[in-house]
Amino acid sequence: MTKYRVNKTKHVDQTKTVSFDFDGKSYHGFEGDTLASALLSNGVHLVGRSFKYHRPRGIMSCGSEEPNAICQINEDTDLTEPNVRATEIELYEGLKASSQNCWPSVNFDIGGINNFISPFIPAGFYYKTFMWPKSFWKKIYEPLIRWSAGLGKSPTKPDPELYDHKHVHCDVLIIGGGISGIIASKIAAKNNFKTILIEDKNILGGSTIFQKNENYKINDKYSGEWLNEEIAELKKLDKLIIKTRTSLAAYHSYNYLLAKENISDHLPLDKRNGGIRQRLWKIRADKVIVATGAIERPLIFNNNDRPGIMLSNSVKKYLDFYGVSCGFNNVIFTNNDSAYETAVSLKEKGISVEIIDIRKKSNSEIVKNAEQLGVKIYWNSTVVNTFGLRKINSIEIMNLSEDGSNVVGDKNRINCDCLALSGGWTPMVHMHTQSGGKLDFREIDQTFIPNEINKNHINVGSCNGDFELEEIINNTNKKVKNFLKVSETEFDNISILNSKELDKRNLWLLPNYISEGKCKSFIDFQNDSTAKDIKLALREGFKSIEHVKRYTTTGMATDQGKLSNMHALGIIADTAGVKMGTLGTTTFRPPFTPLTFGSIVGRSVGKFFDIIRKTSIHEWHIQNNAKFENVGQWKRPWYYPINDEGLHDAVQRESKAARDSAGILDASTLGKIDIQGTDASEFLNRVYTNAWSKLEIGKCRYGLMLNEDGMVYDDGVTTRLGENHYLMTTTTGGAANVLSKLEDYLQTEWPELDVYLTSVTDHYSTASICGPNSKKILTKIFPDKDFSDDAFPHMSYQNGKIDEINCRIMRISFTGELSYEINIESKYGKSLWEKCIEAGKDFKITPYGTETMHLLRAEKGFIIVGQDTDGTMTPIDLQMDWIVSKKKYDFIGKRSLYRSDTIREDRKQLVGLLTDDPNEVLEEGAQIVSDMKKKPIEMIGHVTSSYFSPNLNKSIALAVVKSGKKMSGQKLIVPMENKNINVTVSDSVFLDKENKRINA
Amino acid sequence: MFLINCPYCGERDQSEFSCGGEAHIVRPKQPTELSDDQWAEYLFMRKNIKGVQFERWNHAHGCRKWFNMVRDTSNDKIHAVYKMGEKPPVE
Ligand SMILES: [Zn+2]
Repeated sequence: MTKYRVNKTKHVDQTKTVSFDFDGKSYHGFEGDTLASALLSNGVHLVGRSFKYHRPRGIMSCGSEEPNAICQINEDTDLTEPNVRATEIELYEGLKASSQNCWPSVNFDIGGINNFISPFIPAGFYYKTFMWPKSFWKKIYEPLIRWSAGLGKSPTKPDPELYDHKHVHCDVLIIGGGISGIIASKIAAKNNFKTILIEDKNILGGSTIFQKNENYKINDKYSGEWLNEEIAELKKLDKLIIKTRTSLAAYHSYNYLLAKENISDHLPLDKRNGGIRQRLWKIRADKVIVATGAIERPLIFNNNDRPGIMLSNSVKKYLDFYGVSCGFNNVIFTNNDSAYETAVSLKEKGISVEIIDIRKKSNSEIVKNAEQLGVKIYWNSTVVNTFGLRKINSIEIMNLSEDGSNVVGDKNRINCDCLALSGGWTPMVHMHTQSGGKLDFREIDQTFIPNEINKNHINVGSCNGDFELEEIINNTNKKVKNFLKVSETEFDNISILNSKELDKRNLWLLPNYISEGKCKSFIDFQNDSTAKDIKLALREGFKSIEHVKRYTTTGMATDQGKLSNMHALGIIADTAGVKMGTLGTTTFRPPFTPLTFGSIVGRSVGKFFDIIRKTSIHEWHIQNNAKFENVGQWKRPWYYPINDEGLHDAVQRESKAARDSAGILDASTLGKIDIQGTDASEFLNRVYTNAWSKLEIGKCRYGLMLNEDGMVYDDGVTTRLGENHYLMTTTTGGAANVLSKLEDYLQTEWPELDVYLTSVTDHYSTASICGPNSKKILTKIFPDKDFSDDAFPHMSYQNGKIDEINCRIMRISFTGELSYEINIESKYGKSLWEKCIEAGKDFKITPYGTETMHLLRAEKGFIIVGQDTDGTMTPIDLQMDWIVSKKKYDFIGKRSLYRSDTIREDRKQLVGLLTDDPNEVLEEGAQIVSDMKKKPIEMIGHVTSSYFSPNLNKSIALAVVKSGKKMSGQKLIVPMENKNINVTVSDSVFLDKENKRINA
Repeated sequence: MFLINCPYCGERDQSEFSCGGEAHIVRPKQPTELSDDQWAEYLFMRKNIKGVQFERWNHAHGCRKWFNMVRDTSNDKIHAVYKMGEKPPVE
């Protein structure tokens, strides 16, 4: 046992030694320790350097509020993690941790030089210092700040661990397993509410569990003992789920809460066995009881940040819970009674302790108790300075003036190796405010307490501002009874003894004989902001707390200002001479404690990141060497290289084959919507720009759909299958949105229409065969069918059969070639495809992918919605006036086509571009200009589609250009990084303007 | 995360729904008779109230039905849900 381990407790098993490394040095602790308690048991206080000045910093607390002991754990493994608080890591065999914020070591830190130049690093120094010259920011300032800031290292490899999500519903959720949470859980579970209790520590009981003081008794037992018995009973209740090691991350509206359960973080690395590391609980609770407790406040005075300066109740916890004394020569500096409990605990174990109290006196039971034990108390005094390079060794104290605004008398130096601070308590109202709750300011002890308006949650215990045992138990009992409508409980008549605090005094910033400018009185320990910084910000004109916070970075570190916010507010209020309650607080945002990315994404990683949609023909594509591209969630064949063919060569070959003989495309991904109902034709009239009433049964028509603002939204071919039955196709990417939009109009604008929409995209597979030989191939597949132009003209549809399997054949074309599409139930998709390939063998039928499809349609000047349009193109801009019905009274977007803006003649319009050098292929997205001399050079458009056409043997492009309609034949320039490319505006149809091939 | 009471399915998590903006904006029956300003009023102008607002919601990952909701945007309290075509409740 190390000399600092002075006490045997039941929470730490001193028979089970655990070895660990800290900053490369080996230590021992015990099972039940945290990394922080184990370090302290070895006398290690110094665990890091401060953010800005690189001052030595030590462990300050024992919980999630810890600002200093921030570690990188298990460095150089896949499981390394930065920003872990030593106070929260349960010790395990082989744990390797290192200080994060120091280089080259905690003991010799080069950044400590900042401490000496600190007069040059005032509030807002980021904004002032690193502004100029601008070019320095990226290469010098930013890396310098990042390097010296020590924000830890991210793992470099994918996270090997598993994470899980769990959705649960419950009647009552209780957050926090301290004394009030235990009481609330017991009442809820005993009254048959389905209850969940979550607690972030590995055991229940909070800070009462190690309480063993004559002044605090329940039913004549020590409060800790009583609570232990309650917990034992609680665990037997079957209506209750208890989740320890589970911390609440967020409290959203309608009682929807996120909690992170640590499942294997406390196990040695070799015992984790690839199981789940953390589970994110998504809880919808009917009622929520917040019992998150309170955080002890530090005190703000000169040099209040040395290693060995800690929070008083943490010193007590390390002693009574972990058996570790943080020092042998302790001084407690306080403004309230709670610190006297720490003094009594120390004194009872024979450890030296003295108390500095800023109050003039206190006559409570606990103070008398301390006095009886011989604890020396300096009343009406304050600490004005501290000494000790790597750990505190002495302090200087002085008396306070009557009003506390100044110090008087002589300086008195006291030696110590631990200074325990208690500036009172701050209720943890984070959860209450996250849920939308408001706060009230309580003058008597300068706290913000919840103002409950939400009917479905209450706050109990010290997070509600009840700090004394009697208040906690009685108020919790009363509130929970009311909340759950329970008439009596076992807590109605219990006897409670507790020392009552009668005297209070609060000074946010303690006075000093040293001038304010020379004091280093830290408020935010993690971000190194001082009282001076806040005052400077106020002098510079910042008034809002939100602005001061950002300017000084107070409360913006990973601890979210758990220790610093109240003091910052207090100092602002004092300096500005306003009431603290009127300032309001900063906003507390989730997560309360940091969440791992792993727990947020859960199982949605790797191939589960997003849904992958494959057509029924997918296997064939793989077997035939297809390269795929993602189109929305679909995997579509991009091109089919032969041997080591690249994209360009494959596409040139595929394109040529499709026009010379026959090509085949898997078009199954196109959106398909089945439309039925007596008003189906009228419906199509309203949603498409062209007329549909006169379309004969068995005929197909291309349609263009606009948004109400007149911009092109989607396009596709719709086929009339029957009197009241249509099959609409949409773009692959737009399918879901089109269906939603159409449903919206049907349900909300035109509920009188008798129309029913069904998505059948997945129901049918589609093989599209094009090329001059396609008719011959179709004849082989359907030998009984007459494919003559008279019997089966372009833009018509017929039913067919392949071996008794029904299919639909549409003669439609997206390539400008003679072309047929065969639709068949998806389960027969692959056999249909293979049949087509077999039938096309004699004609060297060539499978082609999306790239060739894009090239072929560009040769023909067909647009792709989303490539040649971007939500700002009307059909008129696209030179597609022919498809906009003049006769129809109304359709979606019609009125917008003659708004003053849409009829402007200088809108960007779709044109063709031909490069002067036919071998030069433009880059898609390249800007287009007409005049290079006039500065600034005006961009008049951009290239939307560009290919080398093997069928025309030249480069072709589509582009949108201002006033492009009137520019035919005009010379323009496409300036590139290293050259200017000369182009000529042309018609957007490059091939077969006469539409001869479609009827070839 | 709201808990939304779909008028067709009952209480469901917000993640099943999508919001379609302000409610009770009726598409003009005779758009061609409208001036540019009148059409723009319908097309572009939307209230963005801090307080009680009438909204369109769609149970997108459920019954796919559109309905209306009265929500206080300042505290996300949902005062009422009602079917399309029904009159908004009077406060
Ligand atoms: Zn529904």
